[in-house]
Amino acid sequence: MNPPVVSGVTRAVADGPLRLAVPRGALFGGTLDLLDAAGIDTSAARGDSRSLVFECGELVLVTMRPSDVPTYVEAGAAHAGITGKDVLLEQRDRAVYELLDLGYGRCRMVVAGRRGDPRLGESERRLGQFRIATKYPRIAERHFEDTGRQAEVIEVKGSVELAPLVGLADGIVDLVDTGRTLEENDLEVREEIVVCTARLVANRIAHKLRAAEVDALADSLREAAAGTAER
Amino acid sequence: MTHPIPPGTRDVLPDEMRELRRLEAALIDVFSASGYGEVSTPTIEYHEVLARGDERGAPAAYRFFDESGALLAMRSDMTIPIARLVSGRYAAEQPPFRFFYVARAYRAVRPQRGQMREFTQAGIELVGAEAPDGTAEVIEVLARTLDAAGLSRAVIGLGDSVLYGQLLDELGAPADARARILATLATHDLVGLEAEVDALGLGAGARETLLRLPNLRGGREVLDEAHGLGGEAVERATGRLTATFDALAERGVADRVQLDLGLLRDLGYYTGAIVEVYDPALGHVLGGGGRYDELMGRFGRPLPATGFALYLERVHIAQAEEERLGNMSGEPPS
Repeated sequence: MNPPVVSGVTRAVADGPLRLAVPRGALFGGTLDLLDAAGIDTSAARGDSRSLVFECGELVLVTMRPSDVPTYVEAGAAHAGITGKDVLLEQRDRAVYELLDLGYGRCRMVVAGRRGDPRLGESERRLGQFRIATKYPRIAERHFEDTGRQAEVIEVKGSVELAPLVGLADGIVDLVDTGRTLEENDLEVREEIVVCTARLVANRIAHKLRAAEVDALADSLREAAAGTAER
Repeated sequence: MTHPIPPGTRDVLPDEMRELRRLEAALIDVFSASGYGEVSTPTIEYHEVLARGDERGAPAAYRFFDESGALLAMRSDMTIPIARLVSGRYAAEQPPFRFFYVARAYRAVRPQRGQMREFTQAGIELVGAEAPDGTAEVIEVLARTLDAAGLSRAVIGLGDSVLYGQLLDELGAPADARARILATLATHDLVGLEAEVDALGLGAGARETLLRLPNLRGGREVLDEAHGLGGEAVERATGRLTATFDALAERGVADRVQLDLGLLRDLGYYTGAIVEVYDPALGHVLGGGGRYDELMGRFGRPLPATGFALYLERVHIAQAEEERLGNMSGEPPS
């Protein structure tokens, strides 16, 4: 009689207003715009305040790194959250509800190599495998496994474009928005793995015990996202 | 000098141990008063026997060879060992059988997630009682157990494990799409679900049924809403749930139950009603269970059965949190 995951990091969930984990960084502006469109006044979160927690009407916004959102939501420290599909794919074992594709923050997860450089294909042909540097090791490993190729995946934390330039790797797997960073580093897209957009996620318990509020939030964000997409 | 212990295991010191024992005693009182008898089974079993209960190897994470070369495994729950016990030790007896246990079980952990490798489950198994009465009896005991633990705000989610699969069969979904759709549901990926359902290319009505069902959760009105979506599989499942819910109402515990048509537990042996336990003070489920009418047959004694298990350590944390919030009911475990 058991769910698959038995976690020791079980924490109290706050009563009171619904807590929404909001990603800082590239998705921050789009997220606040969407919340505004859904009728939630986010002006408190827009200043250059150093605060991390903002009361916005019926919601409390908790701001954090996008990759921390699933952690907070899974544990119930936030009832719901917004983050990129790239984060959810990389942390696919987090037990959270993925409720809604919000449409914005559209990026591509790609395999890229040096422009005009045959090393990627060459390594595979001669050695039967190649080296890939990435901040998304699990997405990369899965992609090469699914496509039946052997890759040595090397996890790096900083600018991944550096790796092929200095010979750490034959290519990279990374999230690409405009593609300018790739271009500036003399890299080009070789394969597209998946398109990633912002997603609404919810804690499992909050999805059941605060069903009305979670559904209302999802509905208003769905409408707002549809409206934003039309414009 | 500090010597390490494996991640996901822990030492318990006297203060916590006292509280855990007190909680355990309160739960055991309810189980005993409800007519259940305590059993204990070995922590290690033959892997082959555990795998008989769940084709995927009863997610047994720790396996090893004994001195004669036999493959052994640490149990990952108590349901399969009790199914084995009933088929062997009670082969000639008349059902129903009522058992309870407070026992350690073992699971694999992923690094740096704070998951427990070793944990304690407290639960019951009712073997040889049909739905809906058998199910209702087990849920009533569960409700009384939560009361005894002082968790007056805890909610029991009640769903149907085969509803969605049957609905997909009825709509003629191909086997590979069916598997993918059930996988999205099991991982709570409702965005993926929508994409997969759209790919089936069904009519608007069938599409809406498939997408609305997992979001239907609440009181009795949920059954009417589901009923309104139509279809034979939905009809059968709402029939089963209505019968269970009525039986629960008769026993006076229906108000503890939230009907949830999106509930899906991923153990291989559930055949009908499934339950999960939530407390508002905690971000994780406290436990769960359901009907497993085919499991006993795999051990050669086909009998309908139901059970639940609570994670003792989580119930204890929920108690502490509810106490801190001033929400403890009944007799707090003083």
